[in-house]
Amino acid sequence: MKKLSARRRHPLAALVVLLFALAATGGLYAAFAPADKAKADEAQASLAIDEGKKLYAVGCASCHGTGGQGTSDGPSLVGVGAAAVDFQVSTGRMPAQQNGAQAPKKPKVYTAAETEQLAAYVASLGAGGPETPNKSQYSLNGKEDAANGGQLFRSNCAQCHNFSGKGGALSNGKYAPPLDGVSPKHIYEAMQTGPQNMPSFPDTVMPEKEKRDIIAYLNKVNSDDTESPGGFQLGGLGPVAEGLFAWVFGLGALVAITIWVAARTTKAKKS
Amino acid sequence: MSTATDTRRKKAPAGERVADWADSRLGIYSLAKANMRKIFPDHWSFMLGEVCLYSFIIIILTGVYLTMFFNPSMGEIVYDGPYVPMQGIRMSEAYASTLDISFEVRGGLLIRQIHHWAALIFVGSMFVHMMRVFFTGAYRKPREMNWVFGFLLLVLGLFTGLTGYSLPDDLLSGTGVRFTQGAILSVPLVGTYLSMFLFGGEFPGHDFVGRFYSIHILLLPGIMLGLVVAHLIMVFLHKHTHWAGPGKTNTNVVGTPFLPVYMGKAGGFFFLVFGVIAAIAAVATINPVWAIGPYRPDQVSTGAQPDWYLGFAEGLIRVMPGWEIDAWGHTLVLGVFIPLVIFPLVLLAIAVYPFIESWATGDTRNHHLLDRPRNTPTRTGFGVAWITTYLTMLIAGGNDLWATHFHLSINGITWFSRIAFFVLPVVSFIVTKRICLGLQRRDKEKVLHGRESGIIKRLPHGEFIEVHEPLSQDQLHTLTAHDQYQPLELEPEVDENGVARKPTRSEKLRVKLSKGLYGEDNQIAKPTVEEYKEITSSHGHH
Repeated sequence: MKKLSARRRHPLAALVVLLFALAATGGLYAAFAPADKAKADEAQASLAIDEGKKLYAVGCASCHGTGGQGTSDGPSLVGVGAAAVDFQVSTGRMPAQQNGAQAPKKPKVYTAAETEQLAAYVASLGAGGPETPNKSQYSLNGKEDAANGGQLFRSNCAQCHNFSGKGGALSNGKYAPPLDGVSPKHIYEAMQTGPQNMPSFPDTVMPEKEKRDIIAYLNKVNSDDTESPGGFQLGGLGPVAEGLFAWVFGLGALVAITIWVAARTTKAKKS
Repeated sequence: MSTATDTRRKKAPAGERVADWADSRLGIYSLAKANMRKIFPDHWSFMLGEVCLYSFIIIILTGVYLTMFFNPSMGEIVYDGPYVPMQGIRMSEAYASTLDISFEVRGGLLIRQIHHWAALIFVGSMFVHMMRVFFTGAYRKPREMNWVFGFLLLVLGLFTGLTGYSLPDDLLSGTGVRFTQGAILSVPLVGTYLSMFLFGGEFPGHDFVGRFYSIHILLLPGIMLGLVVAHLIMVFLHKHTHWAGPGKTNTNVVGTPFLPVYMGKAGGFFFLVFGVIAAIAAVATINPVWAIGPYRPDQVSTGAQPDWYLGFAEGLIRVMPGWEIDAWGHTLVLGVFIPLVIFPLVLLAIAVYPFIESWATGDTRNHHLLDRPRNTPTRTGFGVAWITTYLTMLIAGGNDLWATHFHLSINGITWFSRIAFFVLPVVSFIVTKRICLGLQRRDKEKVLHGRESGIIKRLPHGEFIEVHEPLSQDQLHTLTAHDQYQPLELEPEVDENGVARKPTRSEKLRVKLSKGLYGEDNQIAKPTVEEYKEITSSHGHH
């Protein structure tokens, strides 16, 4: 205790107190911050559309209107198709938590069965939208040309999603999300339906095979088994991240070393 | 027999004979005598320039290795190397050979990463070194020329970096070259001609990689090497500056001799710098060209930024409104041209400051003692304002990444940067100056009253006082060793003979500047001996 009171006037005491305060605040926040848990309801239904309609009335109608006609808070869902519902609901984007520039990805609220019921109901509102794709459409069969996928990706997707799908900013708080860990099905559906601020790439513009090429390319450059021969990727964000890293770890370390070397040297007198 | 042994014994050892041989031809003895005992003062901040030098050497060494495998050609080929996602793609030979260096050449990727990381660290250390020189006033006479040489090295470093970044001909660097070409095109009257001249026709053409290559590996590094040598010779000639302290004056240098102590330390330090850069290059990817793809003018990616040191230019362009003037069938693209003008002006502002300062002071003495930043509040404030300007635009240059990573609106960041560009430098100037003045007051207080010990003493009559420890003689000297200039005054408008003279505009400006630097509100008069004696004699009352 004596040691402590002797040092409390030390020039660095304020810094130490600040560090403690920051650590305490951060620790308390981590301890008490609400952990978000996905709610899961178990429900079974015989008639998908009927059940979907009930789910819709509870979870969607307040923004999209009781008949899917849309309101000032949400667009019309007539004719968007089942694939759009499957994408938005099973990535957790819908139901939206709040109005904003864009509905973010979050833990999903509905089970797979409920999502199907909702999709069936919305698809019944009007024809025209793409159906939920089946496995043979989006899963890789080994015949994909990843190099062609890369070329397509750089021509059509990289403007917003970055070279290797690390995401990017759009105007006024909108953004192209990073594609890390997005399932092939969702990438396929996104291309088909053009969710939120994304343009759509229907089969007439980009055939199924090319969509799979793109998925194959993303698997190569942006998935858990992507090779990174150069070491840590630093987020794959390019020169901004690299510059920050060079300053913090390169120059930071070198300045620390200069101080270390200068402190260990022959001196006529220790000061 | 015996005579023969005697002569052999008289013969000097081999090393001495070699040295004698060299001395009689090169005169190395007198050179060594004059320079081996050269004194170098010791302070961590004096080693920042060494970081620049060593990273420059590392860049040259690794660069030589890369030239052996890089093919600076824009000839188109189809890739058939080991990297699957690029197989069958058309690309330039420059890009293909960069892929080969990364995947097939032994040690190629590591050397490439060392080269690139070292380049980022080289320019960064030049900035840090320059700011050290700036804030301590080490650029004052006789070192002004070395300041200019250092500044030129920084500017050349930026352009060497830009040309090197463009060589692999990948989608990211190609976007950067397109940006550069756009900036050139925005120059009124001659822009188009300059662009056509530089690229040998329409962008991108087939020439720029080869041209940038000779600029990057020959022209710029050649000039830089010459400047580095001149820079070092001048450091030797002027001797290094040192901090004020007991026994350290404006007429001596206190430190360790060049040989062996300083050389030993410097040699070790080189390997530490190399070690840090190599370790970073071994664990962290830089510019993964294989994931970026070959350049095609019809493709572009988001998040396309230059290396950090040109992020300032990127920021200026990003925040500038897209103004244009159309007249007589010509377009003046102010949205690009104004940033193109501001960029060199901001760089020049820091370069010319030493000359403005010496003009304002009219000081022609040599300065070998460094200033503590707090003792020159206006200079320190200016330096911090300059850094603030640079950082603001650096942040603006990465506005898309701040937007995505902090969930902000990119428009909001852009507007913040626009306002901050004008406001923050002023605010930081004022705040820094106030902090410096506060620190000067604290120093004065410490000199006159001693250091607060934190011990509270109760006197017999009940009064509580805090005990102040007096400073040592050494500390007193260090805190009061600095010179203080007096601000200039305008000469009277009527001289002693009654003849009216009008002060010229430059005289007025000079007086104004001088007052801004050393006027009443811009420095705290340092404690005098009389003040000190008066206070210490009437002991115990504070």
